[in-house]
Amino acid sequence: MEPRPRSFYVLTAFFILFIIFLYGPTLTIGILSFQGPGGGLTFPMRGVSMHWFRDLFEQQAVGDIWGSFRRSFVLGLMVMVTTVIVSVMGGLAFRKRFKGSSILFYLIITSLVIPSILVSLGVGLIWSQSGLPVHWASSGFGAQLTWTLPFGLLIMFAVFNRFDRSYEEAARDLGASPWQVVRHVVLPIIAPSLIGVALFGFTLSYDEFARTLLTSGSYNTLPLEIFGMTTNVTTPVLFALGTLTTVFSLLIILLFLLVVWLLNRRRARQGSDAGKGMI
Amino acid sequence: MRNNSVIGWLLAAPLSLVLLVFLVAPIAMIVVVSFWGATEWSIYPAFQFDNYEFLLTSDVTYRVFFNTLKYAAITWVITLLIGFTVAYYLAFHIRSLTWQIALFLLCTIPFLTSNIIRMISWIPFLGRNGIANSTLMSMGVIDEPLEWLLFSDFSVILAFVHLYTLFMVVPIFNTMMRIDKSLIEAAADAGATGWQTLWHVIIPLTKPGIMIGTIFVVAQVMGDFITVRFMSGSQSANVGRMIQNDIGLLQYPSASATAVILLITVLLLIGTLLRFVDIRREL
Repeated sequence: MEPRPRSFYVLTAFFILFIIFLYGPTLTIGILSFQGPGGGLTFPMRGVSMHWFRDLFEQQAVGDIWGSFRRSFVLGLMVMVTTVIVSVMGGLAFRKRFKGSSILFYLIITSLVIPSILVSLGVGLIWSQSGLPVHWASSGFGAQLTWTLPFGLLIMFAVFNRFDRSYEEAARDLGASPWQVVRHVVLPIIAPSLIGVALFGFTLSYDEFARTLLTSGSYNTLPLEIFGMTTNVTTPVLFALGTLTTVFSLLIILLFLLVVWLLNRRRARQGSDAGKGMI
Repeated sequence: MRNNSVIGWLLAAPLSLVLLVFLVAPIAMIVVVSFWGATEWSIYPAFQFDNYEFLLTSDVTYRVFFNTLKYAAITWVITLLIGFTVAYYLAFHIRSLTWQIALFLLCTIPFLTSNIIRMISWIPFLGRNGIANSTLMSMGVIDEPLEWLLFSDFSVILAFVHLYTLFMVVPIFNTMMRIDKSLIEAAADAGATGWQTLWHVIIPLTKPGIMIGTIFVVAQVMGDFITVRFMSGSQSANVGRMIQNDIGLLQYPSASATAVILLITVLLLIGTLLRFVDIRREL
């Protein structure tokens, strides 16, 4: 290998600084959440304790965070499943030109770039003017889909741009019906990417704030609850909650990565032996 | 051929339904309500231009729109510089694919955690008695705490950069990974210096990625209200905040009028950017 140019070391330093910039603040509140009972929102640490984590389990201190966590979790799963199914169907639809496909494509882009508060406001207005009660599982659910679906579809577009169509042709040549081609050829090949879509669907929903703001009704989701806390809670209990939900997000991400890794490993093991000679 | 179209429609039906109910209809509703009237506690259907007239004749509107564009422009420049550098490093200086993926994931993970928590996490850094101030003071750089670190335009931009640089890194990295490495070798063989290769080969080929990143960042910053509210301690305003204020006062018609103008601004900006890039081809 040729020797590294000097720019490599400069850029490595830059990259490390960038990573510190990305993770530093989060790590700081991670440390500060173990603040002693008398400690404040910044250093110095006045002792080390689990005091603020214990506080999370007391209703008076923090309000209904466990209820909101449960709602956010369920909503995240609902959005995740819907995002995967609708994105795959949409991705398959967009492989061929159909009437109205370019309009639909621009709608997807609009859904991505529209200021979130417009979705919140518009959905809220429709619901209130038609006399329906806004609820996280109806209006909130739909409003979040306008944020997760564009990401799911962009991933699907990227996947199908790289998809080798000769696998499908081979399956058709062997007499597979269109449904069999999708079920036994296309879906297994794109499965790891679907895990990615699912991960986006869940985490984007779990952390979504602006589009849920006016559409979730009287039962808050977790981000709304946390935002409410920022205005009236001035103790490290905020950091403890932040640390806990961040750890939860990281565990979810890890879980998804693990599934992708296992899928890939299984695929490598059961892969084709074509060209490797007789066994 | 007809059959194809029908299957296409069936497959696209759920997507179209969601977008119709939760995107198109809400926009239509906002446009309609922007012509309505409001009393202090209720809104009533009407067809009047009062909301727009009030909005377009008040210089607060122009100041706030200018402020919003200022945030977008500054954030765009900084995220582009950082995002490009990071993507360049990952694409051209990291030699094994495994490491590229690992470091890329490292950059992506924060995007999947809560934005609000990531904003909160700046408090211990930037506060009056925060880490930045106490470090600078103990180093003797400053004598008293800097007041402009938290709750200022500085902290707003810092948070934007922190939250959205990723939107630049991902598409630029994606485009760079598709650049044929033999082009770089050819440039070197033809006697180009590293800078010349960067300027005449890599940057032109990376333009689609830069455009996509720009679209993401500009859209996010233009439509934001929560970062500005939280990081400026309600001392700065952007259009999103203006809308949110009106909503808080139950002035939905005037919030809607502002929202319509914001939407037009954003769509014009993004529409212009889209002319320079074919998103679907570049993914």
